[in-house]
Amino acid sequence: MEATTRNFERNARKALADTKLQEALARLSHGFPAKRRQAIARLPEFEALRDAARDIKNHVLENLDFYLERFETRVGERGGQVHWARDAAEARSVILKICQDAGARTVTKSKSMVGEEIAINDHLEANGITPVETDLGEYIIQIRGEPPSHLIAPAIHLSKDQVAESFKEKHGQFPKDRSLEEPRALLDEARTVLRESFLEADVGMTGANMLVAETGTVVVVTNEGNADLTMSLPRVHIVIASLEKVVPTLDDAATLLRVLARSGTGQEITVYTTFSTGPRRPGDLDGPEAFHVVLLDNGRTTMLGGELHEMLRCIRCGACLNECPIYRAVGGHAYGWVYSGPMGAVLTPVLIGIEHAGDLPNASTLCGKCEDVCPVRIPLPRMLRHWRQRQFEGNQASAASRYGLKAWAFLARRPALYRLVVGPGVAVLGALGRRRGRFRRLPLAGGWTASRDLPAPEGRTFLALWRKRLAGRP
Amino acid sequence: MSEARAHILATIRRALGRQAPSAEQAAALHRRLDAPEPNVIPARGQVDAPARIGLFIAEAERADATVARVATVNDVPRAVADYLAANNLPSVLKVAPAVADIPWSEQTALSAVAGVAGGDDPVGVTGAFAGVAETGTLVLLSGPDSPTTLNFLPDTHIVVLAAARIVGAYEDTWRSLRAAAGGDGPLPRTVNWITGPSRTADIEQTLLLGAHGPRRLHIVLVDGDDG
Repeated sequence: MEATTRNFERNARKALADTKLQEALARLSHGFPAKRRQAIARLPEFEALRDAARDIKNHVLENLDFYLERFETRVGERGGQVHWARDAAEARSVILKICQDAGARTVTKSKSMVGEEIAINDHLEANGITPVETDLGEYIIQIRGEPPSHLIAPAIHLSKDQVAESFKEKHGQFPKDRSLEEPRALLDEARTVLRESFLEADVGMTGANMLVAETGTVVVVTNEGNADLTMSLPRVHIVIASLEKVVPTLDDAATLLRVLARSGTGQEITVYTTFSTGPRRPGDLDGPEAFHVVLLDNGRTTMLGGELHEMLRCIRCGACLNECPIYRAVGGHAYGWVYSGPMGAVLTPVLIGIEHAGDLPNASTLCGKCEDVCPVRIPLPRMLRHWRQRQFEGNQASAASRYGLKAWAFLARRPALYRLVVGPGVAVLGALGRRRGRFRRLPLAGGWTASRDLPAPEGRTFLALWRKRLAGRP
Repeated sequence: MSEARAHILATIRRALGRQAPSAEQAAALHRRLDAPEPNVIPARGQVDAPARIGLFIAEAERADATVARVATVNDVPRAVADYLAANNLPSVLKVAPAVADIPWSEQTALSAVAGVAGGDDPVGVTGAFAGVAETGTLVLLSGPDSPTTLNFLPDTHIVVLAAARIVGAYEDTWRSLRAAAGGDGPLPRTVNWITGPSRTADIEQTLLLGAHGPRRLHIVLVDGDDG
């Protein structure tokens, strides 16, 4: 999909004025974070599990080549096949070829962020194959032609009336005057429609939450059961996964699963956690005849060993979105591409290029809540600062902020000059603001005072006060 | 695509500042894989046998499953017939070959056929490899006598589980699967962890049971059977 990340500011303004979206975001803000806290309160070992999860992912990244090769060997031994793809185009052509070789007309899909990243649906459609998303939220946004607005709740931005409208338009087979007022009716209609797709699909495509090197196993979690129908009914199962998803052992997978759902939806565990190893075995009564895993790099290996190395620990739980004051104010679409929230602001510049990432590194107050809740303890604020620095050095920041920062840096490195300039300024502002204690409006600070008051300084700088205090000591 | 493979592996090694792992490093990594160690197991997954059963039931019910306890496997058909009647559900069962030996025909209200699930089967009945107490999770294995589709297509999924098969933590099931591993490795094609009936909250965060998978998950726990 075309990235509109460069328009973050415009997107955000639009989002703030969208009342339906604001209602949806309010529901999100009250839902997931509270459920997460409740789940964690029931598990005293949660902090120790976060440490263990972080350590497992660090160990994998240090030995990524070894574990990928081992995973590939095991998949092969169980009768499956691993395909390596350097970028989105390679992944798309591998997948298309598998579908064409299978004579596929319909491909059912369970939700995959990597699938969104490589825009596989458009590619299949352009080649005469019909992809059908089966996760309810993903199905809704597919028929509306929208990107997901949340990692684990892709249609979180919509109201039930909007969904009903889309269903009435799309599902011409049902009576026009049927009632779709209740979410239950919407779900049942989607269930009926998609049941047929599940049964007629030739290929089922899923993402992967983990790849287990010990056994060559793909782990997929859902609450709906759609991934299971997607992978067990068609003749061919294709898994599309980014390569940092590999973990060493089934025990390591168990550890990560203990933090994944609790961090995301606040469930103890998702309803369905499925471990698939190769195609169906001799004597099996169902299951796919062929099993393919497409391993996607798409720039991730360039993050290894660098400033963004730790971002590769991400398990896509969505906790950082749910807690982020910016995400909660503007929603996922404002970020302009596939990934949103703090993790998206860090990852998107890698995947589409920092020169296309616009204001994403600034789409944060750096409040640190994202790092606090991250199950694998990714230092997201530090990484956002890294991108800000890169934009500054690459002359991509706005002229005002560039010159402003340069001027400030010049002063900050010259303490005497700094005191000379800042001291009188603070004194003047302090005197002007003494009566009210704050400013309603201030020249050059319109961006701040447009929506809130600026507290007036006390009249003396911190340094001056500090010096006075030191001098006053006995 | 072998060119892509070589390129990706080379990029990884360059970033890590080394060649492929040395023999010594590789040996250490192989040891970690060949004798997997558990990481942190919550205390709640380490309770002893009698408490495990209670915890399993409590956690499964928290996840909206229902649980019935019976004394022996011969009591299962009656418990199933009662459950279906109480919930106004059809009494036509598609049963996994693994549980086809249960004397279903003794309940005249039930009709049971063994096999894979079709799109229209209202009730699927399967066994289970284990129950995991820490989250009330069922562990089901695919195989010639336990088709996977039975777990997902029918509206109602009934699982017959011997109480003796309830373990504390997920890792306990990995240990027993590894101990029984044959030439195909420790895992069958599919291992399904199932915790409650299928659900979605994709429309306005409203939680609804019965998304694409079963609307109901009913567990019949058999006390006097050692599995």
